[in-house]
Amino acid sequence: MTQIVEEFTTVVPHWKPHVTPVDLDQATPAQLEALQVTPSNRKISDYVLVLAHDVETLKHRSPLFNAIMYNRGGMSRAEREIGAVGASIVNRCIYCAAVHAGRYNQLTKDETAIAKIFADGVDADIGARLSAILRFAVKLSACPPAADANDLATLKDAGLNDEEILDLILSSSLFGWANRLMHTLGEPVAE
Amino acid sequence: MNDIVFRLAGIDPGSHLAEVVAKRADIFELTEKTHDAALTPAEPGGLSHGLRAAIACRIARLNGDQAFVDHFEGLLDGARASSDERKLSDIGFKGSDDRSRSLIRHADMVAANPRAATGADIEALRQAGVAEPDIVRLSELVAFVSYQIRVVAGLRLMRHSA
Repeated sequence: MTQIVEEFTTVVPHWKPHVTPVDLDQATPAQLEALQVTPSNRKISDYVLVLAHDVETLKHRSPLFNAIMYNRGGMSRAEREIGAVGASIVNRCIYCAAVHAGRYNQLTKDETAIAKIFADGVDADIGARLSAILRFAVKLSACPPAADANDLATLKDAGLNDEEILDLILSSSLFGWANRLMHTLGEPVAE
Repeated sequence: MNDIVFRLAGIDPGSHLAEVVAKRADIFELTEKTHDAALTPAEPGGLSHGLRAAIACRIARLNGDQAFVDHFEGLLDGARASSDERKLSDIGFKGSDDRSRSLIRHADMVAANPRAATGADIEALRQAGVAEPDIVRLSELVAFVSYQIRVVAGLRLMRHSA
């Protein structure tokens, strides 16, 4: 029996697609190339197999995702995850929030900040720097985007430099994109 | 600096911000490539270039971003969009048949209120005759444009605070 997960959690749910994933045995050469399928790598998630219906955007998605979340320099990987979590809270993407809150916890070996964020949202008592990062990510994720000059000044006051601020803009915007796919093309279920 | 993101964010070549973004040149190149893949793909499937430009224009309006509205209107002209396709760029227009109504309804929700999405929304597209690959193409278009608009919004804040 499966049940849709509706509350934020760090337990990564199973993602059940609403759209039929591309069947690898019937995939076109362009799809196989974008999926980077090789004889030794046929384990592709249902999510990516759903995205393979639009092969031209999928081709750029993985390198772009990796560059924004893992490139050297700039903001720490852990703080980029807070950008991702902020967007995922606004867009209520339970799956993305679980994966990226979990990564933050792994990278920092601390579960208290995420627990507070899941409980209290942008008002979470997580220190000035993390709080400024979360608030900026949440406000940039609104439609229309609502982050303003004060939010940017708060980031600078909290000690972020321009390279870090740019990485925060990129990671929270990237999750505005990812959430809009993950949360609309399928749903998180507990089994 | 001919990149859409830099142009719409108003980043001056030679400025401090131009130096900062240059450190992430790979990301902005991939963003530009994805823009072209979402707006003017070689194989557009059931979503013509004109229809994509019109929907993107609509998303820019929902985000209150006139620079992006102007940009996507330029693409509408470039795609020689039909008058029926052009109508979708107007946020007051809600569609004239099952297919256009369902495409508009879904695009608006994914752009402005994605948290409300459920499996019933995808089923509604299917019922209106939208093929599964086109459901994914529509979703990628709206999701990507939402990303690009936010990157530019953030860069504008950085430019003004410099």
